[in-house]
Amino acid sequence: MKKGTRYALLLGAIPFVTLVLALPLVNRERPVVFGLPFLLFWILAWVALTPLFLYAAYRLEKKHNPPDEGERGGGP
Amino acid sequence: MNAALAIIAVVVFGSVALGVLAGRRVPMNLENWAVGGRRFGVVIIWLLMAGEIYTTFTFLGASGWAYSKGAPAFYVIIYGTLAYTLSFFILPAVWRAGKRYGLHTQPDFFIKRYGSRALGVLVALIGVASIVPYLQLQLTGLGFIVEVASRRAVSSGAAIVVAFVLTCLFVFTSGIRGAAWVAIVKDVLMIAAVAVVGIGVPLACFGGVGNMFKLLMERMPGYLAFPGGTPNLGVVWVMSTCLLTGLGFYMWPHVFGSAFSAKSAETIKRNAIIMPFYQVPVLLVFFVGFAALLVLPGLKNGDTAFLSLVQKTYPPWFLGFVGAAGALTAMVPASVLVLFASTLIAKNIYRPAFAPSAGEERVIRLSRIMVFVIMILALGSTFFLRRELVYLLIFGYDGVSQFFPGVVLGLFWKRATKQGVAAGLLVGVGIVVGLIVSSHDPVLGVNAGFVGLLANAVVTVLVSLGTQSASGGWE
Repeated sequence: MKKGTRYALLLGAIPFVTLVLALPLVNRERPVVFGLPFLLFWILAWVALTPLFLYAAYRLEKKHNPPDEGERGGGP
Repeated sequence: MNAALAIIAVVVFGSVALGVLAGRRVPMNLENWAVGGRRFGVVIIWLLMAGEIYTTFTFLGASGWAYSKGAPAFYVIIYGTLAYTLSFFILPAVWRAGKRYGLHTQPDFFIKRYGSRALGVLVALIGVASIVPYLQLQLTGLGFIVEVASRRAVSSGAAIVVAFVLTCLFVFTSGIRGAAWVAIVKDVLMIAAVAVVGIGVPLACFGGVGNMFKLLMERMPGYLAFPGGTPNLGVVWVMSTCLLTGLGFYMWPHVFGSAFSAKSAETIKRNAIIMPFYQVPVLLVFFVGFAALLVLPGLKNGDTAFLSLVQKTYPPWFLGFVGAAGALTAMVPASVLVLFASTLIAKNIYRPAFAPSAGEERVIRLSRIMVFVIMILALGSTFFLRRELVYLLIFGYDGVSQFFPGVVLGLFWKRATKQGVAAGLLVGVGIVVGLIVSSHDPVLGVNAGFVGLLANAVVTVLVSLGTQSASGGWE
C-alpha cells in the first residue's frame, strides 16, 4: 500500500472511532457544552471536524502518491 | 384555493417544468439518461447526492424520531458522516471502473467485475426490491405533507398521484438531468424552511437552543442520551445501525449510479470532503422535533411534529412554503429512484432474460416505458400496503447494504469470486428477511441488517477462498 493511502486511511478511521466505537463512553447528557447536551455536542464536534480530516487525507495522498494516481488504475 | 395550496402548486408545477426543460436538446441515449454524459462537476454532484440524502424521511422522520424517541434520532447525523468518509475511499475506484468499462448501473459493475450475468440479475432484483419500499416512503411522506400543508384542501391520495405522475414525466423526458436541476430548487427551499423553523421556534419560544435543551433535560431526564424514550434502542443498537446505514448508503443503486455521472475521480473526492457540511440542516431538524416536544406534547404520531409545529407558530402562507419544500423533498429522491429502478429492470433484468440481443436504442426505450411501470407498482404498494415511515427506510437499507462486501472486496481483493458474492448475498438477505418477518429486529440489541451483513461478509470471503472464477476482463 502506498504511503499516502496509508495516511489517508488512518485519517478516515477517525470518524469511525469517535462516532461509533466511542459512543458507549460519551452516552451522557451532562456536562452541557455550548448549550448542547454532552452526547449531541460530541457527535456534532466530530461531524464538523470530518471535512478537515478528509481534506488532510486528500492533501497527503497528493503529496505522497504519484501525481497521476488520482485518475489511473483500479485498486492497490 | 387557499394561499398555502397556491404556493405548493406554483412551486411543484414550476419545478416540473424546469425538470422537463433540463432534457431539451440532449439526445437521449443511455449515457445521458443514466449518468448525465459523465459531465457533472463538484457542485452538481453535491446537489444531486444531497438530493438523494435529503428525503422526506429527513424532513418528517428525523424530526419525528427526535420528538418521539429522543437521542436515538442522532444516528441520522452520524451515519451520513460515516458514509461520506467511506465514499472518499471507495467511490473514486468505482468511478474509474465505470469510465473504463462504460458502466451505467450497479449490476453492470457486478457483471463486469465478476464476469456473471446471473449475478447481475440477482443484484438488480435485490436493488429493485429495496427501491420500491423506499419509493413508497417518499410517496407516503409527500401525500401527508401536502394534505396537512394545504389544510386538507387536497387529499393525501390525490397529492400522491398528481405529484408522482409529474415526477415520472420529467424523468421520462430528461433522465438524470431533470433530477439534478429540480434538486437545486429543492435544496434551497428545504434549507430555508428548516433554518427558519429550527432556529426560529427555539428562539421565539424558549429564548434560544440552550434554554430549550435545559428545559428538556429538566422535564425529561435521560431523553437526550441513548436509549432516549425507547425501551430497546440503546447504544449497541445505535452503533450497529450507524455502521449498517453508513456502509449501506452508497450501496443504494441510485446513489452508487450517481457516482458514474461525475466528471472525474477528483470531483468525487472533493465532493466527499464537503458532504459532511450537509449534516447541519439535520441538526436543525432535530431542534424542530425537540421544540415540538415542549410546545406540543402528546402528539399521537411523531411524524406530524414538524408540520404541527409550523401550523401552530407560523402564518398559513408559510405552511404552504414548508409544504412546497416538503413535496419537492419527496419528488427529487423519488425521481432518481424511479430512474434507476426502471434502468435496472430494462438493462439488467429484462434484457439478459428476454432479449439478449437488444441494442442500446431498445434498452433506453424500454427504460422509459419502465418508468411508468414502476410508477404504477409504487402507487399500488403505497395505497395497499401501508407502514410506518421509518420501517420502510430500514427495510430498504437492510437490503442494499448487503451489496457492500461484493463492491468493496471486488475493488480491493483480487480473490473475490462470483460464487462467493452470490452466496454472501443470499445468506445476508435470507437472514435479514427471516429476522424481520419473525419480528426479531433488533436481535439482542443489534440491528438485524447488521447481523445479515456480517454473515454475508464471512460467507463471501470463505466461499471466495474455496472457488475460482474469471473476472470478465476486469484488470
